[in-house]
Amino acid sequence: MDDPGQVADAVLDGNPRAAARLISWAEDRDDRAWRALERIHPETGSAEIQGVTGPPGSGKSTLVDKLVDSYREDEATVGVIAVDPSSPFTGGAVLADRIRMSRRSTDPDVFVRSMGSRGKLGGLAPAIHDAVRILDAMGKDVVVIETMGVGQGEVDIVRTADTVALVAVPGLGDDIQTIKAGIMEIADVFAVNKADLDGVQQTVAELESHLRLAFEDADDDAWRPPIVETIAKNGDGVDELVAAYEGHREHLETTGELDERRRERAEHEIVSLMKERVTERVLGSEEGTRRFEGFVEDVMGRKLTPRSAAGELLER
Amino acid sequence: MSEDKIRVLVAKPGLDGHDRGAKVIARALRDAGMEVIYTGLRQSPEEIAQAALQEDVDVVALSCLSGAHMALFPRVVEHLEDRQAGDITVFGGGTIPDDDIEELEEQGIEDVFGPGTNTKRIIERIREVAA
Repeated sequence: MDDPGQVADAVLDGNPRAAARLISWAEDRDDRAWRALERIHPETGSAEIQGVTGPPGSGKSTLVDKLVDSYREDEATVGVIAVDPSSPFTGGAVLADRIRMSRRSTDPDVFVRSMGSRGKLGGLAPAIHDAVRILDAMGKDVVVIETMGVGQGEVDIVRTADTVALVAVPGLGDDIQTIKAGIMEIADVFAVNKADLDGVQQTVAELESHLRLAFEDADDDAWRPPIVETIAKNGDGVDELVAAYEGHREHLETTGELDERRRERAEHEIVSLMKERVTERVLGSEEGTRRFEGFVEDVMGRKLTPRSAAGELLER
Repeated sequence: MSEDKIRVLVAKPGLDGHDRGAKVIARALRDAGMEVIYTGLRQSPEEIAQAALQEDVDVVALSCLSGAHMALFPRVVEHLEDRQAGDITVFGGGTIPDDDIEELEEQGIEDVFGPGTNTKRIIERIREVAA
């Protein structure tokens, strides 16, 4: 399980151990990952990639667990990637999404992987794209990405998934306000979870009024996110949520928006990898780190602006 | 910038409902910079092995307070071996009588940590086996 070529072949055969190992290499930015990914990349592109996001405690993991059940009833194979934050101080993380996803834990056609956000403050780990690709290559029909609904991760998920569901819950009236800025826009589907709680009508009404404003001047063929009420703990509304995902998928395919999204995703991923590699090239050696520290001193001593320091570092 | 992050599965096999110890360990390992996957209560050995494999962990840390460790811990090792994942190290913890430790170690449990074990020692041992 150390040879990239063998690992790539095993992933294409659907071997879970190999897929798990390759995801770790990608997370660790290990050189073996790139060789194996080179090999599997041509075999990817057929999985449906779905995102689920929303504030902590809104029931995302439970909802994903029920979505997985529903896909398994239709005999689709499923990969799940659950992202939890890494500590920016120690780099450590406690990844606990599996607790709510244990019902399919011995099903060989369900592959669940927990990921720490690693380094990218609030955002998704750079390896998320690779993990999606690996699950796609091992033959999963659907890949579901679950992220915590705070910060940059929400914008990143749009650049990773084909369809994004934003999970809201009643009783957090102000929460809708806080997620409005920048986050409402990412939803292709709204799931109002815990719909047995008081205040569900108010939450739905708030979302509807937001949508009315947002779509006032929209084209007729624009996708208007449906609002689905769910009670994840007993599975209510999950069929409707699956139907909403399917509806959006159809919209993506008939309007050509799927290709557009995938093009944007490729552009975004290439640009992030360029940034990563440039940083690596400048700072990746001891000598580079020493030069860098010298420039930091110069900036601190007001001899150079940060911009000139960055320019000088890139010069060589 | 590559790094080899240590990943640990903390799991509770069997029927006891007490996971304070497991959570304390999970937090200590996180603060030591590791990625800890916690799967919650009442997991079967098969579920634990499947999770360990999908998560590609270096170490599985089992906690059991029900007294069923002699039945459960070796079953986890067996299920890992069945999946060609016998290279994943398994540690045990919880209320384990001293008399049982030797037999558990013979059955493939790398080390057994009883109540009161300093978390620093556990972190050191994990770093050793993951290196």
